[in-house]
Amino acid sequence: MDVGLFSQYVMNGLMLGMMYALVAVGFTLFFGVMDIINFSHGDVLTVGAFAGLATYLGLVEIGVSWPPAQVAIVLAVAIVCTAGLGAIVAKYLVLPLKDAPALNTLLLTLMLGTVLHEAIRLFYPLGANPQRFPSLLPTDAYTFGNFTLRIDNMMLLLAGTAVIVGIHLLINKTKLGLAIRAVAQDSETAKTMGINFTLIVLITFAIGSGLAAFAGILHGLYYSEINFAMGLLLGVIGFSSAIVGGLGNIYGAIIGGFLFAALQTIGVLAMPFASAYKDVFAFGVIILIMAWRPTGLIREKISERV
Amino acid sequence: MRRARSLLASLLPGLVSAAGVTVYVILLMSVESQAGVVALLAAGVLAVLAAARFGAVARVARAFAEQENYLNLMVILAVLAVTGFFYEDHFVLLMVTTVIVYVIACLGLNLQFGYSGVLNFAGAAFFGIGCYTAAVLTMNTPVPHLVVLLAGGVMAAVIGSLLILPVLRTRSHYSAVVTIAFSLLFKIFLEVNDTLGGPQGLRVAGMNVLGWEFNDDIEIGEDFEAAFYVSYAVVGLILLVLAFALVRRLERSWIGLNMDAVRLDETAAACFGLSIVRWKITAFTLGNFLIGVAGAFYAMMIGFIAPTNFTFGDSLILVSIVLLGGMGNPWGLVVATVILIIVPEKLQAIQEYRFLLFAALVILILLFRPAGLLPRQLRTYLPGWQPR
Repeated sequence: MDVGLFSQYVMNGLMLGMMYALVAVGFTLFFGVMDIINFSHGDVLTVGAFAGLATYLGLVEIGVSWPPAQVAIVLAVAIVCTAGLGAIVAKYLVLPLKDAPALNTLLLTLMLGTVLHEAIRLFYPLGANPQRFPSLLPTDAYTFGNFTLRIDNMMLLLAGTAVIVGIHLLINKTKLGLAIRAVAQDSETAKTMGINFTLIVLITFAIGSGLAAFAGILHGLYYSEINFAMGLLLGVIGFSSAIVGGLGNIYGAIIGGFLFAALQTIGVLAMPFASAYKDVFAFGVIILIMAWRPTGLIREKISERV
Repeated sequence: MRRARSLLASLLPGLVSAAGVTVYVILLMSVESQAGVVALLAAGVLAVLAAARFGAVARVARAFAEQENYLNLMVILAVLAVTGFFYEDHFVLLMVTTVIVYVIACLGLNLQFGYSGVLNFAGAAFFGIGCYTAAVLTMNTPVPHLVVLLAGGVMAAVIGSLLILPVLRTRSHYSAVVTIAFSLLFKIFLEVNDTLGGPQGLRVAGMNVLGWEFNDDIEIGEDFEAAFYVSYAVVGLILLVLAFALVRRLERSWIGLNMDAVRLDETAAACFGLSIVRWKITAFTLGNFLIGVAGAFYAMMIGFIAPTNFTFGDSLILVSIVLLGGMGNPWGLVVATVILIIVPEKLQAIQEYRFLLFAALVILILLFRPAGLLPRQLRTYLPGWQPR
């Protein structure tokens, strides 16, 4: 295999890893503050992507045709939509089930995901068909042998990195981040210290869901196509990544996301005769990792109270 | 004489309710018009609510608890009555048998997380293993079909045992990901694997037991002819009775008690000397076995299987049935399955919206009745024993 083709695979793997990591960070944030798995996350991503697409069509309708403005408005609307959706989900569906068994919350959010993507399928115009996503970024490309470096892919990667760094700073350097970490560590103590628990949970859900919208737009721009069912697989992969990294740990989620993309890429590279099996391979390795490290690569600190 | 009378008195609520439900189901199945279906469903919901309001539901529940053996027999008769009433109607019989198959599979899941707390989000995958085993064995080998049923279960249990190590070592959310990953892996594997038919799927031979061809219509004499599904319904019912009895006996025995202890508090159970590993493995394997048997039977009845039948969404439907019915309550399963399978089939008007409505229904139930439709009762060791 020559270097050019290899770089192409690496580039593709990095893009996938970026999307998975963004989704996984959402999962891990939710788990941090509430100790729950929000399985509707993948479908919130779909909602974000469709909200972005609808905004774009609306912008074209009213005559905004300058691409940078389009990108900015599409992103802003999609993120605001899903952030609101995330906060509503937290307020009316997740918080009421705070004391219920974990399985109930898991199932509730899974069903919510079904509601979301079914609603898109039924109520978005021609929602059952894949939708073409416009390419809003410059599509110039530089060719080095077999390797084609596209400007838009580069921009997407940089933007994704910037968002992840931003989340890192938000969590570690701001007062809001301190409150989120406090709630994650011990919500009872955080409450006695005067932290508004409900508000922090809502904000965390809004942030996580906003990230999902960003990942959704990224997905749309990269593949130029979105469909109503794309959230399920992305959600499960993001969840697996968060779990493999170690729930509640943002860096674990990022590592997990890139690890999963790496596994898929390796699956293609190492078994070119059976590249269709790349997902089988990736999920198989995930199961093995779970057997080896039951609480993820970066271990969750568990102390059992009896 | 007096004993007989008091027996009858305690049986009466159960008998009346069983007869009422049978008539209701027959009515529901025979109604063709959408307005009729909606009206009947509304009437059913109102009747149950009214019965609950006036304490009739509690009386029925007591009758079932006190006289379980007689009333089990009544329920079997009720299913036979429905089957007999629609002896020519392929569609209705298919639905009845599908319900039976789903109940068997959900009994397996119920063993796993209803009793022992082992999460399994790959129910449809194990069901699929049973189906594919049946397909391969019936089309390529002369293995007797009753053995094929067992083989489907054994295969599901054996493949499931690959997951035992990760499932045992992980907890709650972490163990959920193991089975979810397996569920996705299984479906993708089937789609890309050519020897097992790929996305097109496989054909499965119809059941044949000792020369009795299940796929031929039953003809007795000149003018009586019944749909071939009657054979499947009857054999399915026999399988269901066996599975139900097994689960019920297990629940009532020391094994069930140990499983409950493991689910409720692993640490405490271990302190009392129970082997957590042993009971989790038992429940997981036995549960997968039941699911696999159900799958093998279903494949032979349907005659054709494809990977799209075994998606993660289907696993979710199985899990929702267990949760809706009330975790750990086999009777709840029956009720939940009937509702979830038959209502969408009958309400063609909502066919398009059924996943949406169904998901919304589960959300509402989780929010407002988290213990399920029929919450599990305290176990009764002796018929008629009442907790004080």
